[in-house]
Parts: sequence; C-alpha cells; structure tokens
Amino acid sequence: MDDVLQQLVGAILAIVIALAACVAYFWGTNWLLDRVLSSGSSSGDAMTKRDNLRSSIRPWLFLFPALLFLSVYLIYPVFETVRLSLFDGSGRTFVGFGNYAWALGDPNFQRSVLNNVLWLIIVPSMATGFGLVIAVLADRLWWGNIAKSLVFMPMAISFVGASVIWRFVYDYRGEGDLQIGLLNAIVTGLGFPPQAWITMPFWNSIFLMVILIWIQTGFAMVILSAALRGIPEETLEAARIDGANDFRIFFDIMIPQIWGTIVVVWTTITIVVLKVFDIIFAMTNGQWDTEVLANLMFKWMFVNFDYGRGSAIAVVIMLAVLPIMIWNIRRANAEQGTR
Amino acid sequence: MTTAVEQAPAIPRASTGRPSWLAGLTLGRALTHLALLVLVLIWTLPTAGLLISSLRDKDQLAVSGWWTALTTSETQGVTRIGTAEAQVEEGGRYFIRGNVFGTDTNKTVTAFGLSNAAPGAEPAGGSVEMTDGGAITVQADGAFEWASDAPFAHTRGPRIFYVSAIAPRFTIDNYIEVLTASGVGRSFINSFTVTIPATIIPILIAAFAAYALAWMRFPFRGLIVALVVGLLVVPLQMSLIPLLSLYNDIAKLFGATDGKTYLGVWLAHTAFGLPLAIYLLRNYMAGLPREIMESARIDGASHFKIFTTMVLPLSFPALASFSIFQFLWVWNDLLVAMVFLGAQQDKLVLTGKLVSLLGSRGNNWEILTAGAFVTIVVPLIVFFALQRYFVRGLLAGSVK
Amino acid sequence: MSHLKLTDVSKDYGHVQVLKHINLDIVSGEFMVFVGPSGSGKSTLLRTIAGLETITGGTLEIDGEVVNHRAPSKRGIAMVFQSYALYPHMNVFDNMAYALKIANESKDEIKRKVEAAAETLQLSKYLKRLPGQLSGGQRQRVAIGRAIVRDPKVFLFDEPLSNLDAALRVATRLQIAKLHQEMSKSTMIYVTHDQVEAMTLADRICVLRDGMLEQVGTPMELYENPQSLFVAGFIGSPKMNFFNGAIAGKYGAETLGVRPEHLEISDREGSWSGKVIHQENLGSDNFIYIDMGGEEPVVVRADGASHYTTGAPISIAPMANKTYRFDKAGKPIKG
Repeated sequence: MDDVLQQLVGAILAIVIALAACVAYFWGTNWLLDRVLSSGSSSGDAMTKRDNLRSSIRPWLFLFPALLFLSVYLIYPVFETVRLSLFDGSGRTFVGFGNYAWALGDPNFQRSVLNNVLWLIIVPSMATGFGLVIAVLADRLWWGNIAKSLVFMPMAISFVGASVIWRFVYDYRGEGDLQIGLLNAIVTGLGFPPQAWITMPFWNSIFLMVILIWIQTGFAMVILSAALRGIPEETLEAARIDGANDFRIFFDIMIPQIWGTIVVVWTTITIVVLKVFDIIFAMTNGQWDTEVLANLMFKWMFVNFDYGRGSAIAVVIMLAVLPIMIWNIRRANAEQGTR
Repeated sequence: MTTAVEQAPAIPRASTGRPSWLAGLTLGRALTHLALLVLVLIWTLPTAGLLISSLRDKDQLAVSGWWTALTTSETQGVTRIGTAEAQVEEGGRYFIRGNVFGTDTNKTVTAFGLSNAAPGAEPAGGSVEMTDGGAITVQADGAFEWASDAPFAHTRGPRIFYVSAIAPRFTIDNYIEVLTASGVGRSFINSFTVTIPATIIPILIAAFAAYALAWMRFPFRGLIVALVVGLLVVPLQMSLIPLLSLYNDIAKLFGATDGKTYLGVWLAHTAFGLPLAIYLLRNYMAGLPREIMESARIDGASHFKIFTTMVLPLSFPALASFSIFQFLWVWNDLLVAMVFLGAQQDKLVLTGKLVSLLGSRGNNWEILTAGAFVTIVVPLIVFFALQRYFVRGLLAGSVK
Repeated sequence: MSHLKLTDVSKDYGHVQVLKHINLDIVSGEFMVFVGPSGSGKSTLLRTIAGLETITGGTLEIDGEVVNHRAPSKRGIAMVFQSYALYPHMNVFDNMAYALKIANESKDEIKRKVEAAAETLQLSKYLKRLPGQLSGGQRQRVAIGRAIVRDPKVFLFDEPLSNLDAALRVATRLQIAKLHQEMSKSTMIYVTHDQVEAMTLADRICVLRDGMLEQVGTPMELYENPQSLFVAGFIGSPKMNFFNGAIAGKYGAETLGVRPEHLEISDREGSWSGKVIHQENLGSDNFIYIDMGGEEPVVVRADGASHYTTGAPISIAPMANKTYRFDKAGKPIKG
C-alpha cells in the first residue's frame, strides 16, 4: 500500500511541478524580455525600435516548449526511424533497402499488407455509411438524440475494452453446449451449428473490423449529423417544390452539399485504421491470418528486438499515411489563405 | 445526457395533408423508427451484455447467456459422496450426510439420480436405493442423507448426479474479486497516475503555442501551422523505436536498468497530444473576435497580457474539449503505456491489465467482464458528463 | 494639444493599394468624420491612425512626432469599435478599468475614473453586469465609457452606430455630439458610411473614394461647394439629380446637378417636362420621382401636403443659382 501512496503523491507532485515550471517559464521569459528590452526610459525612435524587437522575439518564447516537445518526440523520431530502417537489427550495420526487401518476401508482411488493405476498404466505408444512415434517421425522430448518444458511446471505450466486449459476443462453446456468446446464441437459435468466429481465417478479420466499425460509427455520425444540419433548409424546400421526393432530395441535394465532410470523415477513419493495433493485439495477436502492420511492427520491435525491420514496417505505415497528410496540409493552407 | 447532439432542426417533411400519401408516410415513419431501433440495439447490446454479465453470479455466467439473467437457469451437476469413514451411527443406523452444493446456497435441486444417463431420475425429496446398500435422499436445498442399517464399508464414494435450478442472482462479488485479487485495483490507480498529469501538462504549453500561431505575426508561421497539421496524422509507430532507445540511453546515464518511468510516459503523452491540442486551440482562438484583441492592444495590453486576460478565459470551451480528448486518449491507450511503462504487474495500466487477463484468464468471464467494465467506466462517466464539449471538439477538429 | 498630421500616407496589401497618398491635417479639438462608400479605405485610414495597421508609405505625426511604428497603446488614442469589442468575460466595471489597470493606476484612481464615466453615461447601475446582460445601447455606452476613462488625446470611432436600431442611433448620435462639446480639447475621428451622421456630427468631413481623398471641408462647404461629381452625389439626401445632354448643354456643362430640394414644380419658361412615376410621401416632404427619359428618375422634393397622380405629366424647374455645373472630368465649372 505504501508504494501506491508514494505513486499517487508522485503523480500529484508531477502535476504541481509541471504547472509551476510552465508558469515559471512563460511568466519568467516574458518578464525578462520586458525587462531587458524595456521601453520605459527611452523615447521616440529608440523606444519604437525596442518595441518592435520585443514583438519579434515574443512569438518564439510562446512557441519554444511546444516546438521542443514536437521536435524530440515526433520530428526527430521520424528521421531516426527512416535511418534505422536502413540498418540491421542491432542498428550498427548499414543494409540499404535490405529490410524492405526482406519485408516484401516475408509471408507475414504480405498477409499484413493484404489485411490492412481489407481494413482500409471496409472499415471507413462501413463506419461512414452507418454514421450517415443513423444521422439521417435520428434527425427525423423525437428520440433521435438519445439514439445518437447511445451510438456515440463506444467512442469513449478503449480498443481493449471494446475487444473484451466483442470477444464476449463472439464467445464459442462446443456444439451441444449452451452458448453464452450472443452471436452463437443467435446462430444456434436459428438452427445452425455454432462457430468459432475468431479462428475462421478471412472471416475472423471481418469480425475484428466490426469492433472498429462499432467504435468509429459514432464519430462519423456526429460529424455528418452536424454537416446535415448545416445544409440550408431553403435548398431542401426548393427541391421539394421542384417535385423531388425524399430519396432524390437525399442523393441530389443533401449528399453533394456534405460531400466535403464525408471525405474528411473517411480520411480521418482511414488514419485510425492504418494505426490500428490494440484490437488485433488483444483479440488474436495476429494469429489465424489476422496480422496487420502495426501489430507486426510491435512484434519485431518487442518480441524479436529487431529495430531495423520494425522501423522498416513503421516507415511503410508512414508512407501509407503520407498522401492524406499532404492533402490535409494543403487544405489547411488554403483555409489560412482565406482567413 | 443527450446534450451532445443539440436539438436538430428536423429535416423538413412532406406535408401530411393529402390522404393518398398518408398510408405511405406512416409506413415510412414506422420503418424509420424500426431501422433506427435495430441499429441502436446493435450498438448498445454488446456493452449492455458486458455490464449485466459482470453483475451476475459467476456460475450462472458460465452456463447461460446474459439475456437469461432474469430467468432461473438449470444446470446438471455431480458430486461424490464421502467414504465409509464419514459415517455416523445414530440409534443403530448408519448415516452419511452432506450437501451436494458444498456451501452454495442459491441453487435448488430439482431432481437427482445415480447415473450420468439419468441425472433426473428421482425428484428432490425422494429416495433411491443404493447398490452399496441403504437408500439416499436428496432434499431440494441440496442436503443429502444416505441411510443404511448396516455399517458402510466402501472406500470410494459413489456419485450422485443432479439437476439444479439457479435462481437469478446479482452480485458485486466479481468486482470485489477483480479489484483485489486480480490486481485490477492497482492498475486503476496506475491509470490515474498516468492520465491526470498527461492531461494537464500539455494544456498550457499548447495554449501558448496556439495563441502565437493564431494572433502573432512572425516569419515561418504558416510553415509551423502546416507542420502541426502534418504531425496530427504521423503514426505513433514512427516514434516508438527512437524514443525507446533515447529513454534507455538516458536511463543508462543515471545508472537505471531501463527507461520505464511514469515521467517518461507523461512526457511522451504530452508530446503526442500536442499536435491536436495546438490545432484545436489555434482554430478556436483564431475564431475569437479580432476587435477584442485590437481593443485590448489599444488599451495597452501586451501579447502576454492579452493571452492571459482575454484569450485564455475565452478559450475555456476549447480547453475543455481538448482535456476530454486527451483524458480519453491517454486512459484508453495501450501502446504508449506498454512501450514506455513496460509490462511489469505493478506498473500495468488498466488496458494493459485487461490484455494480460485476456491471456491468463481468457475463459473466466466473471473476471473479464468485471475487469472490462472497471476499465471503461471512467471514460464513460467523463463522456456522458461532458459530451457537449467532446462533440464540440470533434467538430472543431475535423470539419474546419 | 493633439494635432494629427498625415503626409503622403499610403497602405498596400501586396499589390492592392488601399490608401493612396493621403495628406490630411486634423487640428486639436476637431471632430473629423471620414465618410465614403464601402471599400473606400476610410476604416483602413482610421486603423492606421490607431496603429492597428502599419502604413507602407508616408508619415503619420501626432503633435509633431512621427509615430509610424509606435504601438497603439502609446499613441494616446482610444477607439470605439463597430462591434463594441467589449470583453465578454469581464463586467462593465472591469471592461472600463482594463486599460487603467494595465497602466498601473492606483485602485482608488481607477474607481474614481470609472465611476465618473459611468455617471456621465448613466451606467452606474450596470457596473457589475456582464456585456451579455446589456442591451445594444448600453453596450454602446460601455464602449464609449471605456474610451473616456483613458482620457485620450484622440478618440477614434469606427462606425459605432451601425449595430443600433434607428431610434437608438439618433439618441446615441446626440450623446456623441454632447461628448464632443464636453471634451472640447480631445480630437475625435469618426468613420461612417452614413452621410446623415457625417453632416450632423462633423466639424469637418473627409470624403474618401478608392483610397484617395476626394474633398475635405465643413459639412456646409461640402454641401454647397462639392469639388467633384462624386462628392456632389454622395453628400445630400436624397442624392443630387444629374442631367446630361441637351439640358446640361444649355448651362454650358457636361453634367448639370440639381438637388431635389432645389427643384420646383413649375411650368414657367425653360422648365423641363416629364411624367410622374412614383411618389414617396413622408408627411413633411413628398418626394416625387419623375421620368425624364434618363436612366434614373429625377427626384423632386415637394410639400408633404401635395399630391401627384402617377402617370401625370409634370413640369419642373431649378431654382435660381442652385445648379451645379461639372465638366467632362467631373470637376466643377467655376463662375
């Protein structure tokens, strides 16, 4: 119990120290800046010059801690990982593209890429699709807000927690035994034999994807629901007066107006899918042909301690993210231009 | 609870004036209700099942689906009766007594028998002749009595098969076991230890940076914004190996065996949360009215003063949004904690603990369900209490 | 003393020139109004004086000192914004006290100044309220109060009445005029696109168009002596009627301008005939729209008691010496 107490005290102390350090840094440097380049005594041109000098230094004082963190924890590692991917497991011998060549020939890697592609096709489309359907349905019903809240709830649940929840749904007992997993209970209730869902190759990947779809649909729904509400009602009314029915209105008027949002939702979920790790790690750890890149990378890093191959796999994930990253940056820049 | 999704201006509906439409419309609306209901059930039943199961008696949990939680379930059991040594003599007769359930009390015997093939041959309270002599009676409460006129001499007790009914029973025993014996309680504290500092530390750092990027003019500003947007999507996997090496090198410098410390995790989570924090806060701050900043400037406020007295208080909603994101993300994280805190039992966070339980107690559903619920209950509370800010943050973070 | 002197002031954003070589003297205690259509650069000009925008050419002097790059807070100015820019999280007292607190004035001094300003503006009851709990007019007064407490050399107003409804606008206009009388030493610069505000408030009006100064002068000078077609059309309501072709030719001008109030219904010799197409009777005045074959109808101000039938022929004539003659370049022809 003592070490628990010590740990809690440590955590509280950390919060206090961190906050104090932040405050001390920001206040301190600003005070120093105003002090060193004070404009009190001088006047006219000299004062103006000092004012300007201060205002060109101050942004960097504000930015410094953030930039430091980003550099050490994100920017430097990106370059270092790329470098390591060109070295062998120990990180000492340069092997060129050896690790990548190995990966291309490795059946586990091939399996992972294939699975990742499947995940990329199925999860974003299903999550976006369900999200859109639920958003549209819920906006028309009086209990829609409750429905949305319930569908949104899995967003708060960890991937691991969700994995346990769904493993319980997929639970399998031998034929003849009473099934306590919901899915097998339904299947046997309909007169079919129960299945060990998690160990059926190919289909088991789909069952793992269901977990992520279950989590991400709420995200898609919330964003798309807001977009749907942002559609000017006049356009819908105009279409109705023009004689369009509900389906025509949905596909001709609503969908085109929220298309940009659909793309944003889709890409956001795509990024999540590319990084998905916890679900596979908790459910199968890559067994029964469910391996994906993130889990494979973790294995090479933590089970085999081969940093070269682990890095190479990480770089492959990064390359997959890169197009979306560039697109995001372009979009952000365009927005800045209009601001 | 449902503030998330504020009152939607309903999509305009066709007027229901014309009778010929009426039939089609009501059918359409009924279908809408039904479709949404089915979807909502799919989204809630798995979690509901977990919660209900975690509160069930562990014997029931193992033999019947959670949807039967309110009904009495039947199971078959077997117990071996004591040997001759257990006999007592009373008035010239010999008895062996006991209870088929041991000490368990919420089950009742409905029938019993002497063979696996016919476990329900005799209803409870009846008696059956034994091959070793005498007759055995099993009561509904499980108490049995084997009586014989001659002393028992068997060395291997015969088996009684029985059919028992388990009355529905809800209990928090699973939680007590999980929190104490399984070490989930410790992990709960570990999760808090990791999460709270990792949520608070980035806020101020990000807020200052966001203000600079939103309201100050300096060279490379656009470039830094683009950098932040880019870093939003960089996979964590890119950072793990170099950071782990870095941590281990630093640990060696201090003579420690490995770099797995809470401090390391806090800093890592701080850094990984910063791109989103800066992006969200910058977007929000840039949307604050320009004239307020200008007015403050004319009033003589420096950037520092404007930040602390204007922007920080006015940005409260965005700060709240980010805090919730960061809290949920850190609490739910598995990868960063595993890499930078390690897998030792005393440092496992809840997600890590749950994975380890999945491995070691994969079929003990009473442990897994209760453990999983302990893991998700804090995020769920945060989520339902602060859903409005959570949704606002999501919208600011992606639709911009 | 607060003499503002703008010499050859220019401002451009990249290739777009928003202010073009502005030369302007604003003397101490003067109420100067910048007026012009949207996009004329009037707001930008005000913001460069405030220091919120830096000028890219020329010099800006306050009391003989060049302040091109000086921080806004060090120019001795106060500004009332169009949206009021009240600090939403501070109550009225704190809003007004903010600048004084930053200037490190003593608590008692701050209290005294804020309460005095609140008294003048009838805000004493609302000092503890947040801006969100005030009406539009009260917010407007807080914004003015915030400027007053700083006792600035120069007051800057950026379209301060445009968010108020018509009745409140008149009342606040009066209040600003009163404020100017009370603080006769302070210079006031006021931006508006509403020429009624300009005419009623200003000591002098500065008409801007496309980033250039069209004319500077007292309201009556601008009304009686417009130095360009643009100013003639901009000042006065309803706007001046312009005639081209034969009618103007008779007067020896390219364009002849006559204000609606300087046209009378008359069929004396030399009168012009047209057809009534519409009338707007405001009670006191009746504005008659007459089609004379030009692109725009000619407007005539007649007595409120009069009545004219739509479609009826009508004859009008300008009053003597109340015509404005302009040449091809839009400049007035003297004599």
